[in-house]
Amino acid sequence: MNAALLLSTALSSIGANKLRAGLTLLGIVIGVSSVIAMMAVGRGAQVSVTSRISDLGTDLITVRPGAQALRFAFFGGGGNSDVLSLADALALQDDIFAPGVRLVAPENSFSGAAAFGSQNTFVSGVGVTAEYLEARNLKIASGRNISNADVQNTSNVVVLGSETSETLFAQRNPIGATIKISVREFTVVGVMESQEGTIFNPDGSVLIPITTAHYRMNNGKGLVDSISVSSISVLATSESTVDDARTDISTVLRLRHELGVDEDDDFLITTQQDTIETLEGTQGTFVILLGSIAGISLLVGGIGVMNIMLVSVTERTREIGIRRAVGAKRRDILLQFVAEAVLMTFGGGILGVLIGWTVAYFGDGASVDGDIIETVIETHIAFIALAVSVAVGLFFGIYPAVRAASLNPIEALRHE
Amino acid sequence: MTTNVVNSAPVIELTEVTREFQIGTHVVRALDGINLTIEQGEMVAIIGPSGSGKSTLMNTLGCLDQPSSGSFVLNGQDVSGLSDNQLAETRSRQLGFVFQSYNLLPRETALSNVELPLKYSGEYSGKDRRAAARTALDRVGLSERYDHRPMQMSGGEQQRVGIARALVKNPELILADEPTGNLDTKSSGEVIEMLRSLNEVDGKTIVVVTHDPEVAEAMKRVIAFRDGRIVEDRLVTNRATPITNLNVETEASE
Repeated sequence: MNAALLLSTALSSIGANKLRAGLTLLGIVIGVSSVIAMMAVGRGAQVSVTSRISDLGTDLITVRPGAQALRFAFFGGGGNSDVLSLADALALQDDIFAPGVRLVAPENSFSGAAAFGSQNTFVSGVGVTAEYLEARNLKIASGRNISNADVQNTSNVVVLGSETSETLFAQRNPIGATIKISVREFTVVGVMESQEGTIFNPDGSVLIPITTAHYRMNNGKGLVDSISVSSISVLATSESTVDDARTDISTVLRLRHELGVDEDDDFLITTQQDTIETLEGTQGTFVILLGSIAGISLLVGGIGVMNIMLVSVTERTREIGIRRAVGAKRRDILLQFVAEAVLMTFGGGILGVLIGWTVAYFGDGASVDGDIIETVIETHIAFIALAVSVAVGLFFGIYPAVRAASLNPIEALRHE
Repeated sequence: MTTNVVNSAPVIELTEVTREFQIGTHVVRALDGINLTIEQGEMVAIIGPSGSGKSTLMNTLGCLDQPSSGSFVLNGQDVSGLSDNQLAETRSRQLGFVFQSYNLLPRETALSNVELPLKYSGEYSGKDRRAAARTALDRVGLSERYDHRPMQMSGGEQQRVGIARALVKNPELILADEPTGNLDTKSSGEVIEMLRSLNEVDGKTIVVVTHDPEVAEAMKRVIAFRDGRIVEDRLVTNRATPITNLNVETEASE
């Protein structure tokens, strides 16, 4: 029997019991469409996270105290560890030791309540230098940035995040106003643009000079150089020199911290690429998880196909006998039943892809509990899902088909 | 009487054929050393009580079953020892089956049912298949029934579709297993007349298993079975009588 005949025979057999075929198909449709939709949602989340990180600029390198130091700091009870100092940050600006570095922005942190008049809000405070905005790809909406003079003078000036400004001042102009953070008074010199939707949202924060943060907010002591920083943002001269810059930073810091060759780094250097890879790895696991759950429903659909095919073989024993008597070979019977199973799962697969795509298409941008869902439809996932549904048909169709083909024609003809 | 040139080789040649079945610990010998030769153009009735081995013989002749020992030569080819695929091939090319319960595919039209054997031999295009199926249906007088499904036809008509299906590949040999078993007298007569016409006009070799003596007497040769052996093998001398008794109208072969 040639392929075209085989297909038309299989189709007419499927058509003979439409309801049953439809229900069997449904299992595959649900399986495939959920695979497609789940993968689209998973990939969408992955892509959106990646793009948010990339928004920060891929030439960004972050230096933090190492795991060892952090643990020590934790037991010591302090918020910042003393591993990285302002002097370290200054050293990274050295063109000779660290030629791959373009910009260095050290920061430390504090927290407290900011108040203006009767309005107050809890803020996460960042002690910064003038370079911070550029390093973090942030912009001033009105007023000015923290200047290096502010840092040198330990000025009580503050730049507000857009949300903080909104909360304290509503529609009024905050520039020049005096606000209280904890018990200290600060003059507002600028407001940042909103960065809503980015991964490190600064809207609820305030920026003050790093020196002010150290001496006034954290009650730090010591010389300016010894001011401890919680993180140093470094921009490489270009995206292609990120790796060089990383090596430079490591060399400089190891020298400054007087680490021996057999000692581990007491700091941690993270490039944006590292962050993206880590997150993509996590998200990848998430996507695989979603895919597997959907895959299980495909498997269940496959078992449904096998079940129906077995019933069908029993019901059609006589038909098999007739076909054998008029010259069908075992192979013809085998292929007919396999073709039926594969046609059903393939049909289910196509319907599933269409439904999955539709769901993903209309689901893009939908909001669930305020979170925007992004979906990314990938053609190769559709092809894989189709291939898998065909494979499911083959796998679960083969056993019933073998049963059909191995029937003794004499007994099959006698079957009532 | 057939005017066909008789081939040198017989259509069927059984030599010392036995067929044994294991039932529990018993070995049942359904065929017990059968020697039988059927020449081209013969029309043979095989009769006998149930359990006499005639169905087993039919399955063997039909290449659905194989002898336990002995040789079966069909149209000059030794069939015993052929593989399952080769048997299917032989069935497809050399045999036409007519069954007691017609064995038509219930969902398919008459035309499609008759086409079925052609579908399993690659050499026909869809157009050729339909043309051959129409010719076969015309031959059994069902030109008006191409698109009828089995349920829409009488038993006699269904059996004629079955005969058309057996004919469609133009085989040498037509095997009919109780072809009139489910039919009333009139339809039986039509079917017997049809088979006779295929023998006399088309020169087909016809073997009919029956336990209806009237059907047997309508054939040219009667072979009686009992306990797996041939107990009688005779030529029917006066065939005209039983056929008239069956009240056959000539319309069947029209």
